[in-house]
Amino acid sequence: MQELLAQLAILIIAAFLGFELISRVPNLLHTPLMSATNAIHGVILVGGMITLASEGSFAIKVVGFVAVFFGAMNVVGGFWVTNRMLGMFRPPRPRVKKRRAG
Amino acid sequence: MQVATFLAYLAAAALFIVGIRRLRKPETARSGNTIAAVGMAVALIATLFVIRFESLLLIGAAVILGSVVGAVSAQRVQMTAMPQMVAAYNGVGGGAAALIALSEFYHLRVEGEMSLVAALTVPLTILIGSVSFMGSVVAFLKLQELAFSGAVSFPLQQVVNALLFVGILVLGANAITGGAILPFLSPVASVVAVLVASAVLGVLLVIPIGGADMPIVISLLNAFTGLAAAASGFVLENYILIIGGTIVGASGTILTRLMSSALGRPLGKIIFAGIAAAGSSKQDDGEEREVNDVGAGEVGEYLSDEAEKVVIVPGYGLAVAQAQGPMRDLMETLESAGKTVLFGIHPVAGRMPGHMNVLLTEAGVPYDKLYDLEDINPELEDADAAIIVGANDVVNPAANDKEQDSPISGMPILNVEAAERVIFIKRSLSPGFAGVDNPLFYDTDKTMMLFSDAKQGLQDVVAAVKGG
Repeated sequence: MQELLAQLAILIIAAFLGFELISRVPNLLHTPLMSATNAIHGVILVGGMITLASEGSFAIKVVGFVAVFFGAMNVVGGFWVTNRMLGMFRPPRPRVKKRRAG
Repeated sequence: MQVATFLAYLAAAALFIVGIRRLRKPETARSGNTIAAVGMAVALIATLFVIRFESLLLIGAAVILGSVVGAVSAQRVQMTAMPQMVAAYNGVGGGAAALIALSEFYHLRVEGEMSLVAALTVPLTILIGSVSFMGSVVAFLKLQELAFSGAVSFPLQQVVNALLFVGILVLGANAITGGAILPFLSPVASVVAVLVASAVLGVLLVIPIGGADMPIVISLLNAFTGLAAAASGFVLENYILIIGGTIVGASGTILTRLMSSALGRPLGKIIFAGIAAAGSSKQDDGEEREVNDVGAGEVGEYLSDEAEKVVIVPGYGLAVAQAQGPMRDLMETLESAGKTVLFGIHPVAGRMPGHMNVLLTEAGVPYDKLYDLEDINPELEDADAAIIVGANDVVNPAANDKEQDSPISGMPILNVEAAERVIFIKRSLSPGFAGVDNPLFYDTDKTMMLFSDAKQGLQDVVAAVKGG
């Protein structure tokens, strides 16, 4: 019971935190942000590892294996593609270079 | 749970939060993503210490396989295909959550220690995870234009969905009560049935939604997968799953609302009605209306002789024509002639919010030139020219017309009318995605229409500006 109450408390706090974190993000970053939070829910991989580590029949091992495979794809693909996207965001060009161009 | 693992989970949660915080500014966004990835690594390594050592080989094999597929696809994907890639990663996350709950249900039954919380959250996780998985698959197929293109609907759709949902609840209850409701169906068979029925529900929920609303659906499914991860945290009594999943569930919900309000489309309307099929587009009375049809030379002349401040409004047509490069050339050419060039990016330019920004930065446009809707409208007031390339709906003043009930009414638009001259580079007079005619086309004093492919048109204008 104690454990459940602690979990519920964390759930509520994390939910408000999630709301607060995202309000007023510039449109510029909506796509990378969606992609990054998408990678973060790949934390489900933790659950996949735990369940695959438990003993079970062959069928249940297959289910666990696919879950871990999916989770790993979510994590690695998600962070990787976000990094690629954000790598293209160039900082404002220095003025010196601008003058030379003109 | 070991204290060390618990503390590592808290550290991982902190890194997720710092990471997301840094993702709110372009200067720090990339490091924010890296920090969140480090948090993920911390959580995964900490988990290794609480699981059976013998299982590491199997886990390692699955992780490596998944990582390779994820990395290769992430490295290869075209930036224009980003929405479907995000949908794919989101789908597999939801699928993982559903499978984990299924597998845990089996374990908990074998061990005979199913708590009430686990009993309730297992069917919930399977439901949300499975809907998210198949919903994302359908979204992927639609965006990749492989299947279900447009809005697919069939009679009594809402009724079928509701019945399916009730069926899922009954099957879930049957699983929890050990077969008390449907004695012929074992509890394990019942949760498998929940998985399958939820997958069908996921398909049915997404097929009636049109392509333009798909980004919002992906964002919503992203939030769903977060919730599924959080629910699985209750099944497994695992704190990092609860924290990580809930943060994504909550932030994903906010992001979805931001996007749908940017589109001027209430979320309920999108989900329950599909796209309000372009019925009101049949306004043309066959009357030929006059437009100011110009050549690239004329546009170039105006830009080089009379325009000091130019605002460019790119739409998805630009990306389709792969014209980001010529667009950057135009910017550089005008800048080297001492003119100011800004970009006005509508929230829904591209295929998902912020997508156009990614495409332009890929082409080498610095992000401080990319202005949001609310920032560019004041700039348009004193702009000498607004150049609209491959866009229509987002600059269509018809959206402001309260009298008319069109698919875009109420959508905030870029107020290009405020600029001295409006230049459309467009292949034809055909209305845009929403099918609503744009009155600006026919304002022959203000508007110049350059009928051309986006890429060719921009190249011609660049040549004309240089030549002039």
